Amino acid sequence: MSEPVIRTVGLTRDYPMGGEIVRALRGVDLEILPNEYVAIMGPSGSGKSTLMNLIGCLDTPTAGQYWLAGLEVSRMTDDELARVRNRQIGFVFQTFNLLPRASALHNVELPLVYAGLPARERHQKAEQALASVGLGDRMEHRPAELSGGQRQRVAIARALVTEPSIILADEPTGNLDSSTSEEIMKIFEELHRSRGQTIVMVTHESDIARHAARVVTLHDGVISSDRLKAA
Amino acid sequence: MSLLEAIRLAFGMIRAQKLKSFFSTIGAFIGVMFLIAVVSIVKGMDKYVQEDFAAKIFGINTFTVSRRPGVQFGDPGDAVRRAWRRRPQLYEDDFHAIRAALPSDYLVAIESSNQAEGVVGTKHSDYIQVSGVSEDLFKIRDYQIADGRIFTPEEINHSANVVVIGTDVADSFFTGEEPVGKTIRIAGFPYTVIGVVEKQGNVFGFSLDRFAIAPYTSEIKKVVNPHKVVDGIIVKSPNDPMMHAAMDRVEGVMRSRHHLRPEEDDDFHLDTQEDVLSFWSKIANVLYTALPLLVGVSLVVGGIVIMNIMLMAVAERTREIGVRKSLGARRRDILAQFLVESATLSTTGAVLGILSGLGLARLVQAISPLPMGVSPMSILLGIVLGIGVGVISGVYPASRAARLDPVTALRAE
Repeated sequence: MSEPVIRTVGLTRDYPMGGEIVRALRGVDLEILPNEYVAIMGPSGSGKSTLMNLIGCLDTPTAGQYWLAGLEVSRMTDDELARVRNRQIGFVFQTFNLLPRASALHNVELPLVYAGLPARERHQKAEQALASVGLGDRMEHRPAELSGGQRQRVAIARALVTEPSIILADEPTGNLDSSTSEEIMKIFEELHRSRGQTIVMVTHESDIARHAARVVTLHDGVISSDRLKAA
Repeated sequence: MSLLEAIRLAFGMIRAQKLKSFFSTIGAFIGVMFLIAVVSIVKGMDKYVQEDFAAKIFGINTFTVSRRPGVQFGDPGDAVRRAWRRRPQLYEDDFHAIRAALPSDYLVAIESSNQAEGVVGTKHSDYIQVSGVSEDLFKIRDYQIADGRIFTPEEINHSANVVVIGTDVADSFFTGEEPVGKTIRIAGFPYTVIGVVEKQGNVFGFSLDRFAIAPYTSEIKKVVNPHKVVDGIIVKSPNDPMMHAAMDRVEGVMRSRHHLRPEEDDDFHLDTQEDVLSFWSKIANVLYTALPLLVGVSLVVGGIVIMNIMLMAVAERTREIGVRKSLGARRRDILAQFLVESATLSTTGAVLGILSGLGLARLVQAISPLPMGVSPMSILLGIVLGIGVGVISGVYPASRAARLDPVTALRAE
């Protein structure tokens, strides 16, 4: 059995809110192995966004520990976290979060800029990534000139380009119509199957979650169920 | 991210928001424009005064003996002026004494001047500068004769009523006519024009060609200086090192003629080109002292404007900052991005300011006699100030951007 990519032990996150403390996560123990395709589900307020921020190294836990690809992330400084996000994580957001003034190609290059790669190499890798999501002919288009599905594919290319340990998708189809959603889900499936890409997807739609091989459900800040789909 | 890419990114931002960028750089723009324009103009004046003005008015290796200083910076006060009035006059005999004391390769001349009206037929001129001089003055001033001749020592001895005029005077009385041989009444006395001096041009817009020069012995002495009194005795030495020796010599002659005891101060004055130059350098110093104040105020205001614009930019682009952070931008990457952006903004303003400043100086050059002098140092300083203002005013907004929490930033609208 291989080492888990993600391992959390007693992961807790409290927020102070108007004099009260909101306990968003109350001790989450989770292990995700390489090549897994996991959906994290739960109603709103269940803590799935908080968990996703912690797994994505955008936030640090109040208590508990978190290892990502063997590194203990829960003790890291801001800049170390930035480096981990850059190298280990590929984000796909609900709202795409592309830079509006930059071309598709430049958007995809951006993580490589922060990785310190030379321009030529960046270019080459970004072109490959865009081609792999079927946008080889849209590289110079700006986000506004692309459809929602195309934008999300640019975002997926941006997530892939650094060859991260995990792709972290936060409601990736939340802003897309159902046929486009299917299209995007096919890309994720393809990534998982052909590359063995580890994918963690946060969603509240069971239609989307069924694409994953494993579904983890959160309720009130704790894992209420963790089911493997029968192959 | 390399600096070059950051600058390219910043230019992209400036292009996307041209008008806003223009307004945000206006402080740096105006400050640097002032800097460049004033320095260029003062430098041009400097060159002008040193190469042109002083030489035209005084002449090189030339000094003037007179009763009181010809150039004075500021008010010397009543007491000093009263003392000057009590000083003895200069006389024609002083001229002869100085002439006798100096070797023949020195040029010595009398020049006494006043303003007087010229009349030809029924035509009256404005006041022109009328001078009674001795013959060496033409050589000292390096006056080239365009037409006719200068007067001879004999004509001086015989108090001949002959006159050499400047081109302005020739043009106003004898348009299209031959001036030589014509008669012109100067301060009521009839004079025969014997020569016209080549055009001298002007200083600070004042024509140097509105003059009439006659023998100091002729009748205009009643207007310029009666009773063998003279305004000034001008001495030109053959070269620079010998001028100071000549000044010492002349001082000695004058002191002994005025019977001054060793402890007494001179009761006459020796003016040189250097006096004009030091007079000018005092004016230039005042300008150079006021300039940093003017530039400083514009730059401080400009810096505050840029800081506000950058704070707005950080607020507007919070989401972008969140995205960049999620993709691996460290604090220092975000800090550098916004610092470079604000420095690029103000440096762009500074470069535009340099261009406009040079344009302004060129305009002054075009509409006035002042030449412009471009100072490479001031251009360099302009650019350094531009970068400096941008960096300083960018520090606070950029560090706010860098400190943003990625989760909050990503949620921003």
